[in-house]
Amino acid sequence: MSNTTAPAPGSSGSSDDQGLGAAASQLSTAPQEDAPGPPSMGVIGWARWFWRQLTSMRVALLLLFLLSLGAIPGSLIPQSGTDDTKVADFMRRHDFLGPLYEKLGLFHVYSSVWFSAIYILLFVSLIGCIVPRTWQFVGQLRSRPPGAPRRLTRLPAYTTWRTEAEPEQVREAALVLLRKRRFRALPHSPKDAGGIPIAGDSVAAEKGYLREVGNLAFHIALIVMLTAFAWGQLYKSEGNKLILEGDGFSNTLTQYDDFKSGTLFDTDDLDPFSFNLKDFKGTYEESGPNRGTPRTYEADVDYRVGAYGKAQKRTVKVNEPLVIGDSKVYLTAHGYAPVITVRDGKGDIVFDQPVALLPLDSNVTSSGAIKVMDGYRNAKGVQEQLGIQAFFLPTYVPGNEIASQFPALENPVLNLAPYHGDLGVNAGLPQSVYQLDKTHMKAFKDAKGQQVRENLKPGETMQLPNGAGSITYKGTQEWANFQITRQPAAGWALGGAIVAIVGLAGSLFIQRRRVWVRAVKGPDGVTVVEMGGLGRSESAKVPEELGEIAGTLYDQAPGAPDADSETPDPTVVPAEGAEK
Amino acid sequence: MSALATATDLVHTTTLAAATNENLANISNTLIYSAMAVYTLAFFTYIAEWIFGSRSKVSRTAAALTAKPAGAAGAKAPEVTVKNAGGTAVLERPKVVVRAAAGARDVPDGPGAHGGDVQGDLYGRIAVSLTVVAFLVEFAGVLARALSVQRAPWGNMYEFNLTFSTTAVGVYLVFLALKKDIRWLGLPLVTTVLLDLGLAVTVLYTASDQLVPALHSYWLYIHVSTAILCGAVFYVGAVATILYLFKDSYENKLASGGEPGSFATSVMERLPASASLDKFSYRVNAAVFPLWTFTIIAGAIWAGDAWGRYWGWDPKETWAFITWVAYATYLHARATAGWKGRRAAYIALIAFACFLFNYYGVNIFVSGKHSYAGV
Ligand code: HEM
Repeated sequence: MSNTTAPAPGSSGSSDDQGLGAAASQLSTAPQEDAPGPPSMGVIGWARWFWRQLTSMRVALLLLFLLSLGAIPGSLIPQSGTDDTKVADFMRRHDFLGPLYEKLGLFHVYSSVWFSAIYILLFVSLIGCIVPRTWQFVGQLRSRPPGAPRRLTRLPAYTTWRTEAEPEQVREAALVLLRKRRFRALPHSPKDAGGIPIAGDSVAAEKGYLREVGNLAFHIALIVMLTAFAWGQLYKSEGNKLILEGDGFSNTLTQYDDFKSGTLFDTDDLDPFSFNLKDFKGTYEESGPNRGTPRTYEADVDYRVGAYGKAQKRTVKVNEPLVIGDSKVYLTAHGYAPVITVRDGKGDIVFDQPVALLPLDSNVTSSGAIKVMDGYRNAKGVQEQLGIQAFFLPTYVPGNEIASQFPALENPVLNLAPYHGDLGVNAGLPQSVYQLDKTHMKAFKDAKGQQVRENLKPGETMQLPNGAGSITYKGTQEWANFQITRQPAAGWALGGAIVAIVGLAGSLFIQRRRVWVRAVKGPDGVTVVEMGGLGRSESAKVPEELGEIAGTLYDQAPGAPDADSETPDPTVVPAEGAEK
Repeated sequence: MSALATATDLVHTTTLAAATNENLANISNTLIYSAMAVYTLAFFTYIAEWIFGSRSKVSRTAAALTAKPAGAAGAKAPEVTVKNAGGTAVLERPKVVVRAAAGARDVPDGPGAHGGDVQGDLYGRIAVSLTVVAFLVEFAGVLARALSVQRAPWGNMYEFNLTFSTTAVGVYLVFLALKKDIRWLGLPLVTTVLLDLGLAVTVLYTASDQLVPALHSYWLYIHVSTAILCGAVFYVGAVATILYLFKDSYENKLASGGEPGSFATSVMERLPASASLDKFSYRVNAAVFPLWTFTIIAGAIWAGDAWGRYWGWDPKETWAFITWVAYATYLHARATAGWKGRRAAYIALIAFACFLFNYYGVNIFVSGKHSYAGV
């Protein structure tokens, strides 16, 4: 497309346009832009043409653009991976759009066929681009900087003067000087052929190869990052476990409260470890307007790696997970678990354990359910199930019955409402441990027919009516919820990211540039020194640097008194002598 | 259940709404309003600079373009220009001759808003001084705000806006201190800063509140502060890009024999050449791109620590990624034949629009894990 329109003024053409030819060649390893003409030969011709297109800068540009465009819908339309309820809600409300989006994969954009196609094409293009560029660069490192163009005056930066010094001396001094400035500098002559250096009329020097190294490193690092990310997605796992103080967890599938994993995950991938929650500590702002704001959340754990590992102590905090192998154990929530003892009609203990309650707000007002599945017999000796609705305020302030006033256990009150009957747990349907299904349960009623409901302080007991037993609130334990995630190859992703940044900085901040110095005897026997500089892109640094080098060289080969002018007319000067 | 829900809301509002230090918060508000007043003064002074500058009738661009008609390149001996301004080193004796690339217009940079007019220049200098004062006052306002909430000043959009505009002005002043010729940026910058602050104090104002525990992490400080810095620098790049597009059209018109209006001539003649603007915006965008890459990675590390996954396509993350790819596309375009110049400039503007959307759009229109900030 670019070939049909003349280069617009202001949009500088590539340096080759300046007629610099070989001098500007291979100043980068960017692929050659060739005309987007149709291929001429059969299948192989087409394949080659297709490959050329795919690995061209133009198509890379298009694919990058498509990638950013393609990422947009996923940020505006609910995604099933992150928010299933919103997706369901959207489907319910939109009869037409819902199924359409579903078909287009818009509810899971980042794993959809079309999005994958874009980035896979981009990365094929990237690999198809990097491999030849790397070879080309290795070739450039092994060859020598191209010789001086015939007319140095055509270069973006140019300078010249006349000197009494001999040309050989000037060239030698230039060579030393450029090498000292860490240029790769070699003597060069137009007759130089086949890589055999012949002492010629000029010196060619190049610097800034690290730019290319940085650029290649950056693009390779992108591949590493993507591969690591894809690997992580396929093999990841994530699960939650609520643990009471004093209890433990060992990392097997059955121990999790809930568990999600990538498509290629295998239960054998779970890192073997276990840990016990010894103590959970939460401290809160005691006073001031921010009273109640959490200050610290800490869980002290003992963990073991492998079945027989030694127990090690660790403290897990909100932003500081416990890391074991590829697994990370995060502290994600905490709450209270009142210890409940239930006795049946005969006075036998049928239930005696802490029951974790679910926090409802930042002051840990909690609710939940105590389910006595078996062993309980009522006053008549008939087997029944008990369900007790629990509502808990860690800090009860008289007058406010519905919300705790502080997150810590300052004045805990447990409100209990017991029911009896059939919990419905045997129906096979999954049931929340925090809620009672009351369809087959009856509330206990007192003599007046009112539902029994009582506030208990630690140590207090409530009697069930008509000798149906009793419930004791013995005390309160704390629990912490842990999320255990495993995202393999995260280290590779991080390493790739670091290399990418460093490479990018090198690629953008280092200039690759060339300097030529030519010194020949003019017709009048006085040496004419010419210097030219060329950068990959026009940069103020190139003439600046050339000026510095010229200044130093000038000190070693001072200007000769000149008859006509200080600076000879550059259009006349070109070293024709070298042509002979 | 519903009674419980309302109670929950109540608890939330009471713990969050209260200011840690009412006094400092009030001082901060006063300082912000004062900064706005000084910015307004600076705004009028920049305008005065442009008005006085219009007295000088310069038309170097036309002269340069007609003296050397485009398209003659390669026909005869190369044209050689000696530039004394800018980065060209002038040695004691050997002079470095700088030649523009073939096909590029060789147009001298304009003298700046003051147009060489002495009085205009004076107003320009006063405007810069006022900008410095306003910057210091605003900076103090942001600092007071930070002290009043006892955390970094970017917990909500009001604070984001304050910090962002302070940083943008800071970047401009740093450029000036480095003797970069960018006083032409003053008027557009101060105009947008006033709009940004106006939006902040009217629509976005939030009484100071605390951060939720997940936000406590030094990665947050790194991530957000570099994000704001990147935004400020990208903004400077975007303004230069827009001016480049205008100036380039102007030069195109002149080169093709057109006659731009007198207002356009007066303004455009005083701006740097389109090539200089283009180069400036490229440098600015390219220089900050690695930092933007770092910002996203720092965010991913933080997300990994706080949420257990380093990348989860949360809307904010997604738009940071889109912005990143858009800027990468821009840098690529600069290296692709046929995409340099105006087309690349359009991509740069799209990229900046993505950044802005991430900043405002996502907070306002999209809900995600990042929306704790509270608009
Ligand atoms: C994943 C997608 C890609 C991203 C994010 C990306 C990003 C970038 C960035 C930010 C630069 C700027 C650095 C500089 O100017 O030196 C760059 C340069 C470059 N990229 Fe890519 N790139 C991608 C894919 C590709 C592909 C597929 C190709 C091959 C066709 C390619 C070839 C190049 C080349 C040759 C340069 C250097 C241009 C020059 O010499 O200035 N890139 N890339």
